[in-house]
Amino acid sequence: MQPSKSHIAKNIAVVLALFACASASCSRPIQSNAEVREVRLPSGLSGSNEPDDGQWLMPAKNYSSNRFSSLDQITVDNARDLKVAWTFSTGINRGHEAAPLVVNNTMYIVTPYPNILYALDLTKPGAPMKWKYEPKPSSAAQGVACCDVVNRGAAFYDGKIFYNTLDDHTVAVDAQSGKEVWNTQVGDINQGESMTMAPLVVKDKVLVGNSGGEFGVRGWLTALDASSGKIAWKAYSTGPDVDCLIGSNFKPFYEADQGKDLGVTTWPPDAWKIGGGGVWGWISYDPELNLIYYGTANPGPWNPDQRPGDNKWTCGIFARNPDNGEALWFYQWSPHDLHDYDGVNEQILIDLPIAGHTRKVLVRPERNGYVYVLDRTSGEVLSATPFAYITTSKGVDLKTGRLIYNPEKSASLGKVVREICPASPGAKDWQPSAFSPKTGLLYLPHNNLCQDAESVEANYIAGTPYVGMNVKMYAGPGGNRGVFSAWDPVAAKEVWSIKEDYPVWSGALVTTANVAFYGTMDGWFKAVNAVAGEPLWQFKCGSGIIGQPITYRGPDGKQYVAILSGVGGWSGAIVAGNLDPRDGGGALGFNNAMSDLPKNTVKGGMLYVFALP
Amino acid sequence: MREGILLFPRPARRSPPALRLRVVGMGALALLIFQAACKREERGFRVQPPSASAAEGSRMTDFQPGPRTPESPVKNEYEDNAYALSEGKRLFQEYNCSGCHFNGGGGIGPALMDDEWLYGDKPENIFETIVEGRPNGMPSFRGKVPDYQVWQLVAYVRSLSGQVGSNAAPGRSDHMQTSSPEQSRPRESPKLSGKPR
Repeated sequence: MQPSKSHIAKNIAVVLALFACASASCSRPIQSNAEVREVRLPSGLSGSNEPDDGQWLMPAKNYSSNRFSSLDQITVDNARDLKVAWTFSTGINRGHEAAPLVVNNTMYIVTPYPNILYALDLTKPGAPMKWKYEPKPSSAAQGVACCDVVNRGAAFYDGKIFYNTLDDHTVAVDAQSGKEVWNTQVGDINQGESMTMAPLVVKDKVLVGNSGGEFGVRGWLTALDASSGKIAWKAYSTGPDVDCLIGSNFKPFYEADQGKDLGVTTWPPDAWKIGGGGVWGWISYDPELNLIYYGTANPGPWNPDQRPGDNKWTCGIFARNPDNGEALWFYQWSPHDLHDYDGVNEQILIDLPIAGHTRKVLVRPERNGYVYVLDRTSGEVLSATPFAYITTSKGVDLKTGRLIYNPEKSASLGKVVREICPASPGAKDWQPSAFSPKTGLLYLPHNNLCQDAESVEANYIAGTPYVGMNVKMYAGPGGNRGVFSAWDPVAAKEVWSIKEDYPVWSGALVTTANVAFYGTMDGWFKAVNAVAGEPLWQFKCGSGIIGQPITYRGPDGKQYVAILSGVGGWSGAIVAGNLDPRDGGGALGFNNAMSDLPKNTVKGGMLYVFALP
Repeated sequence: MREGILLFPRPARRSPPALRLRVVGMGALALLIFQAACKREERGFRVQPPSASAAEGSRMTDFQPGPRTPESPVKNEYEDNAYALSEGKRLFQEYNCSGCHFNGGGGIGPALMDDEWLYGDKPENIFETIVEGRPNGMPSFRGKVPDYQVWQLVAYVRSLSGQVGSNAAPGRSDHMQTSSPEQSRPRESPKLSGKPR
């Protein structure tokens, strides 16, 4: 957080300070656990080494994106007593992927399309609605949302709530009054663009990007001035260096990413103009290095034969200076992507002891099935280890940084390729993991899916899908479609895992009291022991869970845990969109893997908040 | 065509009368099938699609105030013609209809193989849906697709839920099969009761 000028923000700062004092005086010294190693968070990144104000200002909790809370009232011993404290119906029936925010004793919730923002008063019994803000996005925008009409949340900064609407507007809403402060159109549905990601606000800049890799968009990340909504800079993911804000300070670690205008020359002529590389995932920020990190999505179309070349800068990660957007380095997870392995997942910034040295790293559980540990100062890959069953590649060459594809699993026109693992949603899609500095472990909600696929010719018609791939997904080895696991990023190995029937499409949360939370697509919200992985508690919500759990301290000093239930998203489109399970190819082939979901859950957006009695 | 050839009986020598009758019966049946098969393969030189204006009298609901006005249903000849239906299937891919509706199961757009019809199941309704667009994400293709191709698409869309004759509906796909062929899909009873999206 930057020092802010407004009175509201000052008031909030006072409240924060009070909370910080209270928590410092009340909390017990952290119990050291012989089995687990403490990991330091980088200085300047909020986490357990700094006072936790008990609020939740951005979906990933903090700039390091660790989703770790130092609230410690709910423990391994008492989690079994968790009860519903209150609920709130959002009135919307589509997939609820957002994280609620808690600021200044108010909770803020963004719904899927039509993107209503609710403010709930936590100081009153039952948390009544303070106000709601309705941006009324164009209903036509639903036709360019590839994978249900989701929204992944809002961000608080300087007295305002910022978020994106499905029809490509970024809005700023006064957190007190619910009045719109500004509303800037940043994309165009007629070009296939939509917006689903949660902004990150860094140094007075609201960072937002587009979705639409299935519609032949040209991906970008843009920075809007937090007070005016004016565009400060825009960095494309494809095209000439000047459009990608690649200049003399661009120093990618690997040779494959060095050269002029690779965003043009690694494509057939003009294909970069409709080449995808959307920015619909997560952004992290290191204040010390003054770098933001974010991933770029799949190239378009999915049919790889229509775009020979490495297709820069898709399926990779950029480090940029947030002040002017200039790129410092880039690394490509999946050059010339073959299977829709978008590179937009979360990156968790931590300092890890590696080979005897403390390294500034970012940890990225990637869609292609590897947990990457990158040096976040340079973009060097320190390790890349499979965390799921992989047939599409044989590893990552640490000399060149290049993913080694398995040629047997490459699509070619008219050929059906079987047993592609992971499937297109990847070993892990957008669903963000959590990292505990207390246990040193990453908590990974993920998928166990494979697919058969056949590439077909894709026609580009602006505003319509540009895919060219027939897909049929199914459960991976073992038959369970999802996994929630704990991963040690230093040893690069799994510590424990819990098999789930459906893909675990919810985010994760972990606390200093070693309790981890996640939800399942059939509606169970679960607490597990973060050290050993044994279940502690579960509650059946009204609809399947694909949201992001958060925890906060209420005005009464109690710790609460909140989660949105409401099935949907790509994996739950079969329920949210009333799809017909008899067509396994529906929803880009996800129907085939989820044909039983309509028997086990129904639609309906509802917030659940839990507390100890 | 292939059904006709397969079923055509070999001439029987000195058959008992009952069998002879059966053979004659089968011959007649085969001839019928053969003719139907001919129709199935008929190229559309004489098949005229309805005019675009035919769709203008459509209603999106059965509900009318006062006495019911007589209906004037539009007959889309393409629904009985395998060539037109296969063209519809090709166009359904090439205009990216399949990008949202897939093989009828839906995804970005609603399912088209079930019995729920948000904007009407009649050929004229579907024609209007394609040309005008619909408010929840269906783009308007007015001026982008020739009328006769829209009617071919209309016929194919109706084949997805078994609304056209199985002798004319596509029986196979050139691509990986993710659902049953249009020809063998059960005929749904269309209802104007689609759940809100």
